[in-house]
This record gives sequence, structure tokens and C-alpha cells, in this order.
Amino acid sequence: MPMITSNNSPLKRLLNDVGPVDQVAIEERVAKFATRSIKKASKLQGLNLAVSMVDLTTLEGSDTPGKVASLCQKAQHPDPELTTPQVAAVCVYPFMVKHARACLGDSNVRIASVATGFPAGQVPLRTRIQEVKQAVKDGADEIDMVIQRGLFLAGNIQAVQDEISAVVEACGDARLKVILEVSELESYDKIRAASFLAMQVIRPGDFIKTSTGKTSGNATLANNQVMLEAIRDFYLSTGTSISMKPAGGIKNSKQALQYLVAVKETLGDAWLIPERYRFGASSLLNDLLMQLRKQQEGVYQAPWKFSDASSGY
Amino acid sequence: MPRISITKTPKAYVGGKFIRSESGRVFPLTNANGEFICNIPQCTRKDTRNAVEVAGKAGAGWASKTAYNRGQILYRLGEMMEARSEELAQSIAITGEVSLSQARAEVALSIDRVVYYAGWTDKYEQVLGNTNPVAGPFFNFSVTEPVGVVSVFCSDHAPLLGLISQVLPIITSGNSVVVLASSTNPYPAILLGEMLATSDLPGGVLNILSGYKEELLDTFASHEHIRGSDLCVSGDLAKQAEVLAAESVKRIHVRESDVDWTKDTAQSLYAIRNFLEFKTTWHPIGA
Repeated sequence: MPMITSNNSPLKRLLNDVGPVDQVAIEERVAKFATRSIKKASKLQGLNLAVSMVDLTTLEGSDTPGKVASLCQKAQHPDPELTTPQVAAVCVYPFMVKHARACLGDSNVRIASVATGFPAGQVPLRTRIQEVKQAVKDGADEIDMVIQRGLFLAGNIQAVQDEISAVVEACGDARLKVILEVSELESYDKIRAASFLAMQVIRPGDFIKTSTGKTSGNATLANNQVMLEAIRDFYLSTGTSISMKPAGGIKNSKQALQYLVAVKETLGDAWLIPERYRFGASSLLNDLLMQLRKQQEGVYQAPWKFSDASSGY
Repeated sequence: MPRISITKTPKAYVGGKFIRSESGRVFPLTNANGEFICNIPQCTRKDTRNAVEVAGKAGAGWASKTAYNRGQILYRLGEMMEARSEELAQSIAITGEVSLSQARAEVALSIDRVVYYAGWTDKYEQVLGNTNPVAGPFFNFSVTEPVGVVSVFCSDHAPLLGLISQVLPIITSGNSVVVLASSTNPYPAILLGEMLATSDLPGGVLNILSGYKEELLDTFASHEHIRGSDLCVSGDLAKQAEVLAAESVKRIHVRESDVDWTKDTAQSLYAIRNFLEFKTTWHPIGA
């Protein structure tokens, strides 16, 4: 069957409206972020800031209420030996929200729940909305939704935007994070376009987010940068501040500091707060704590001191 | 037409890969007449940290291989060395401290020592482990386990034989190693890395760094992920190493730098025992 070009034209129009991304320039730019020398006091500050921005995540089929309880404990008291801040949020599947709420009570650690047929999003809208409402009712403060990449790539961008609007409505007071799943969007241009598509209908303070962490591709400095620049351009043209969450593949402190450099140099200090920037990660927190303990005690640390599931080797 | 000479860039061997120091630093290797031979990577504490991390990841897999399989793999390392023994001998003699014939003897002894420990992999447990006598309806077993990541400082002399004599008994039992090669002639250790890469030994089990003891002692002795240290250091450095290792309760063996590695006593079952933990278990009879 020949391609129906008229189906593609709204996507083309959107791409045209938001403008292209210079791939070489973006990749050159982010390569430079790794060259900043961040030592001593500024490193400590960066590590602590990163801790406060972590969405401590467990999204496994094998999650149990017990595992979520220990995750919540870790979120509130990352390390008994350190004076670190609490993490921003725990991130769990909808079924685990009520267990997390029971553990966290009225703690400042927020509860984020992935919803809307995570991770593929290939579920009818009605059940996706139902999922969001149930998660909010069970006590979720934040909802991480996935867009239907299939609809977007087929050019049906109006449907994608309508779905996001519908989820915004279903969220009520809960904050929304829109996962674009950039690894399935094929190009920087489309990542930028999808960012704008979401930003046009979400509320100030809502997030756009790179990835589910469930596909072959994860957050990278480059796709993070494309989205940060989209947020910047959107802010400059509308005055609306959208928040950002890279997720997946950010495993160590060095990477986290590079992402913070990117935020600082693209959006400035106003975005260097947990309300505006988050890391979706499961193993990052332990590495941050390991580096903080290294700074405090002066010796390199062993992984088994940080509730790591290492074999003790 | 005359060829342009192709010189080799010596590199450290970490996680099965050949790397430069993250610092980009090198130090010159010279012969007895002070003539330049090549630049050697001068590894740093960050290189050490990275090596420990990969050693920790690789170690569990190495330890869980069957003892018989570990023996086969170590024997294959001997095969790789045998095939390139002349090259190894020349690398030992390159600084002019020993003659080529002495170097050849060192290589032969090194290969024999690899084979010696390859033979021990599935036997030391039978000698060191035990069924202990008890007065009751129980068995009482003592079995061994590898300690984990072990750091090693080689002696400056006998750059190949010394390294083999220290490292082989440690990896025989399933430990993984981060080793600092001889500072006066690291070249044989660097060549050994190339043989390790083709020996079936999983990458990360044996990591070879080059550099200076004074600079790396702190990390080699204090890093908490390292569970044992076998260090050729003397004087103040030896004391410093023991103090630092005590903080994280490591097994530490400090040796004088002038060990005679050619003696028969330089290879033994007890060298394997130095980096083992013993686990003793009660078990009811008949259950």
C-alpha cells in the first residue's frame, strides 16, 4: 500500500514549526560538558544536589511490597553516615503506589508512578486514563506517562496531543511527566518536535522525560541537550517553565555531574532544583553516596556498604 | 625502499582492554646506558579505582567456574607464554640488567610456575579443606573461599617471574587481581597482558598497571573494595601500607623487595592459602 502522504503532513508541519536540530553541533556541544573540571567543594555540592534530584526507581516484574518498603526507607534516609538530602521521589508501578504511600506517610519524598500502559503505551485511552486516576487515588504525587510512539511516527500527532491533554486532566493535582521514549523517535528533529508537542499542552512545572529505561536506548547527554534546548526555546517564546527528567542509563556520579553541567549551561541556575530537574535512576543513588563517602572519609569505598545487590565480591 | 620503523605503544591491561592512563601521563623506560626505549603509562589512583571496579565485576564469574576449568585456562596462559617466550626473554633483557640467557631462564621458570599453579586449582581444596572431628551426630566441614579483589605490588627485579610468583597463586583460587608491575622494567608485564588477552582468562580477572609505588600505595592499601594485598615494599612504605590496610581489615602480606623468586620455596600451596577465607559449617548426619 502506498504511503498516505496527507497523514504525514501534520508531522512535517510540526517539524517545520519547531525548526531542525543541528546534529553535529549538539554532539560537539555535549562532548564539551565532559571536560569541565569539578572538584572539592563544587563537586560535593553537585553530588548532594544530584541526590536531591533522584527519582529512586524500581520497575521490575518482581517488585514486592517489601522491596518497595526498603526503597522508601532508602529514599528518606539515603545514608546514615552522611548529611545528604532526601531524594526527590520514589518511582514505582501503579500497583505499588499504595504500599509506597503506607511507608512514606506524609514524608517530603514524593511518590511517582508510571502509568498509561507503561512502557509501550499500546493500550486503549480509556484504560490508560483509568490507570492514572487509580494511581492518583492511591496516593501518587506524580504520574509518568508514555506517549504512543506508534501514533506519533505514523504522523497522527493530533491524537498524541489529545491523549496528553486527557492525561493532564486525569492527573488532577498530580504533576505529570511525559515520557517521549526518544530511542524510538528516530532523530533529534523528532525528539525536538515531540518535546514541543507535549509542552504545548502540559502545565508549568510538568516534566518532559527522555526514556522508559525499558528499551535498548536510554538518556544520553545529546538527547537530554535537545530537550533542554526545546525547553529553553519554549520558555523564551511563551514564558512557561517546563521541567526535565532524563531517565535510564545514568549510573554514576560522573555522568550525573555532566548532566548538571548541561542544565546549568543551557537553562541556568533556575533549573538546578528538584522541582525542575530529576534523574530517573535505580543504581545512581548508590554511586553518589559512594563518592560522597569517599569525599568524607578519604578512601575509596566498597559497593557492599551501600545496599548494593553485589555478590559480596 | 627502507621501511619506517613501527614502534609499539606500551599500554596497561585493564578489564581485558589495553588502556592508557586516564591522566595521559607516561614515564620513559631506559636501558643501562640511559638510552630511551619507550614511554610507559604512569597510572594513577583513578586508574586503580577503575581497575578495582572491573576486577570486582569479573571476580564472581571467575570464582564460580569449576576448579578444573580454571586449571585449563591457566594452563592455556602457559601455552601462550611458551609460544612467545623469546619475545618475553628479550623484554626482560631490554634494560640490560640481566643477560639474554639469564632472561631465557627466567621465562622458562615463569612458564613452569604457571603450569604448577594450573595443576593446583582442583587440588588445593582437598589439602586445605577438612572434615573436622566432632563428638556428636554431626559433620563439621571447613571449606575455602576466595577473598575477592587483591592488590599486588611486584618486586622491581625479576619483572616477569616475580609477577607470576605473586599473582598466579592468588587467581588460582578464584580471586581477581590489580597488580602494579615492576617500576624499573614493566615491559615484560605489558607483554604478558597481550598473552592474557588470548588466554581465555576472563577480562578483568588480572589487571596490570604500571607506575610508581610511592604514588599508588595509598590506594592499593586503603581501597575498601580490595580484600587482600600482597606488596613488595620496605621501610616506611611497608609500615604505611599495614596501617592503611588495617582500617578496612584486609589480609596484607608485606615482602621485602629482594625476594629470591628462583628458589623452590617461592612456589607453594601456602601462597594460595594466603588469600583464602575458611568457612566452617555444621551439618547433621543423615539429613
